[in-house]
Formats: sequence, structure tokens, C-alpha cells
Amino acid sequence: MDIQSFIGNFATLFEETDMSILTPQTRYQDLEEWSSLLTISTIMLVDQQYDVAIKADQIRDANTIEELYNIVKEKVIQSEN
Amino acid sequence: MSYIKAIAYYLPERVVTNEELVADFPQWTVEKIASKVGVNQRHVAALNETSTDMAVAAAEKLFFSHAEIKKEAIDFVIFCTQTPDYILPTSACLIQHRLGLEKSIGAFDYNLGCSGYVYGLAIAKSLVVSEVARNVLLLTAETYNKHIHPRDKGNRTIFGDAASATIVSNEGYAKIGEFALGTDGSGANNLIVKTGGARNPEKNGDLKFDKDGNPLSSDYLYMNGGEILSFTQENVPKVVSQTLERNGLTKDDIDLCVFHQANKYMLDFLRMKLKVDKEKFYVNMSQVGNTVSNSIPIALCDAQKENKLHGNILLSGFGVGYSWAGVVITTGK
Repeated sequence: MDIQSFIGNFATLFEETDMSILTPQTRYQDLEEWSSLLTISTIMLVDQQYDVAIKADQIRDANTIEELYNIVKEKVIQSEN
Repeated sequence: MSYIKAIAYYLPERVVTNEELVADFPQWTVEKIASKVGVNQRHVAALNETSTDMAVAAAEKLFFSHAEIKKEAIDFVIFCTQTPDYILPTSACLIQHRLGLEKSIGAFDYNLGCSGYVYGLAIAKSLVVSEVARNVLLLTAETYNKHIHPRDKGNRTIFGDAASATIVSNEGYAKIGEFALGTDGSGANNLIVKTGGARNPEKNGDLKFDKDGNPLSSDYLYMNGGEILSFTQENVPKVVSQTLERNGLTKDDIDLCVFHQANKYMLDFLRMKLKVDKEKFYVNMSQVGNTVSNSIPIALCDAQKENKLHGNILLSGFGVGYSWAGVVITTGK
């Protein structure tokens, strides 16, 4: 997995946000469209795409897309070992 | 052996459509509700209508539509609700009287939510197999809408009120197989009405609104959607495999999955996670919403009308508590 493909997947969750503005440094919880429903969509997306479970708290505590990516990446590495 | 002999359900008269919700919550769209939550309308109990009233109505419907089942034959009533009429007495006792059932019968309530129907089948099966009873009337009824704050967009969209009645007997059309059950009270705070019980008898009056305008209050239904999803993600696949194992079956032996109808979003997620084909996964919440302990009996009743109940049917309920359960019921092919 790499961050660009992660952002590509993450972008599919948004309906009103232009994908081109999403970068590793984007503070996703500040996006106009962000809501509790998107927290749920993110948990589902990570399960479906990466087969690992992340928690709502982790999504809330991460600031940027890169931080979220690192949490998922860490989980994937743990699950492979 | 024990069997499901008949199922009926009752929906309160008042219907809340997506159009009405959009009028209250302009940031919602009818299409968004339908596509995300999978609910087009939900029924809501009248102000003076309680779970007990609805359970009585569901039972009367069952007796009316199954003339071969006589009230005199019922020798046990169990009633699943989290909205009883009174702190005491037991609603099932009121129901015995209102239905005009024999006095020489057993009756009690039990308090469970979305897992409640499968637990009810487990209790009813135990009563029949141990010959404590021959014909158990298993009732479920819920009025979560009475606990939902009027500005709570998410929960008002999801939850519908309903009641169901099932006869579990030593004969019938669906044999009740083996169960897998689960409980984890550490999740209690993630789906809760905090006040009104003995722990916090008085209303707290601590209503506040989050940045999206959603109400948060000890006095109303609170659901932490993210935590509930994590609970489901972890436990539903497990209880499904445990249920299959206890019944000596594999996933391929299952002809239909009837899960608690939480919301379409969650059901799609679980179906894909469990790798079950769409045609083997029953979803029927669009007209009723998430009806808590009533969702599985409503789905079974509708699936039977649509002639979809054949072979091995895997039931699974999961939610508030946390509490979860699975069972396989088997009908003729």
C-alpha cells in the first residue's frame, strides 16, 4: 500500500469534496463535508480495502490523512506478522 | 424438538416518510436517506400507545390469521421489550390478562434489544424441549422513538416502532437448531438511555448539541455509531462461524441469512465481509426501518410470504448490551 492509493480510496467516500484538494497534509475533519457518517464509512472502507479494523477514536484522534494512513499501515503490518 | 409454528407482526398506524424528515432536517435529502440508510418510511407508536399495546395487537393478529392456533393452547408467554409499561408489574402478566389467556400459564418479560428475538427463540426452545411448555407465545415490541430526541436526525431516520408474535411449539414449519450467544457489557455506554432507571431515576436535563447540530443528552437514546460498527465488525463474523459450527454446517449449506436489520449500510458491509451472495441475504427494512427486536420476525414473516424460506436459514441479532446471538432454523426445501 502507498499513500497515493490510500488517498484515492479515501476520496471515494466524499460526494461534494473535490478529490484534487486531498493531500497527505489535509486535515480531513476540517472538511465541510466531514461528518460522523464519514467516520463510519472510513471504518468500512479500511476493512474492505485493507482487511484491518480501525476504531472511531483513531479516526478522530488522527489529524491529517497521512496520520490516518500510518495507523492503517501499522495495522496491516501487524496483521501480516 | 421445537419449531416455529407461526409469526405475525403489528406496525403502528403513524408513518414518518423521508419527505417529512427532510422537512425537519433540510441538510438531509430523500435520496441520501434511501441510499445510505435504506429506509423509505418508518412507523411510530402513537403517544398513548405502548409496547404492551402493540404486542397485544401482534398476538391478536396471529390468532386471527391462524385459526388453528387456539388461545387456550398457549401455556407460556415471554415478552421482549426495553420499553415496558411499568417498572413493575411485568408486562407479560398484563398481556396474559388482556389476551384472555389461561391462568395456568407462565409469563415473564426480558430486556434485550436487537439480539432479543434470537434469545427469545433460545428460551422458548428450552421451555418446549424440557416439556415445561408446549406452545410458547414469544412476543417482541419496541418503541425506541419515545426515547429519541426530536432533533436527533440519525436515530429518527433509522428506528421504527413495531411488535411481533411468534408461536414456538413441538411442531411447526421451521425446526429451531443450535445457538451461539454472546455478551459484552463493557459496551453498555455506546447504546444507552442513561436516566429513568434505578441508577439515575431523575431526568438530567443536560441536553447539548454537537457541532453538526445533533443533540446529546442523558435523557434520550444515545448511540455511538462508530463504536457499534466496531462491535459488529468484530463479533458478527465470529458468531456466524460459531453458529455454523454448532449446527455442523458450512456457509455453503445456508440458503438464506436473516440478520437484524440494523441499516442497509451496515448490512451491505456485513454481507460483503462474510462473502454472502446478495440473493442469499435478506434485506427488508425499507418500509419499517430498524425495529430492534422485531426486525428478524418481521423479516421472517415477509420472507415467508415471498416464498423465500427454504432450507437452512441463519438468523443473527446483535446490538445494545452489547448482546448478540445466532441460530439456524430449518424448513422443508
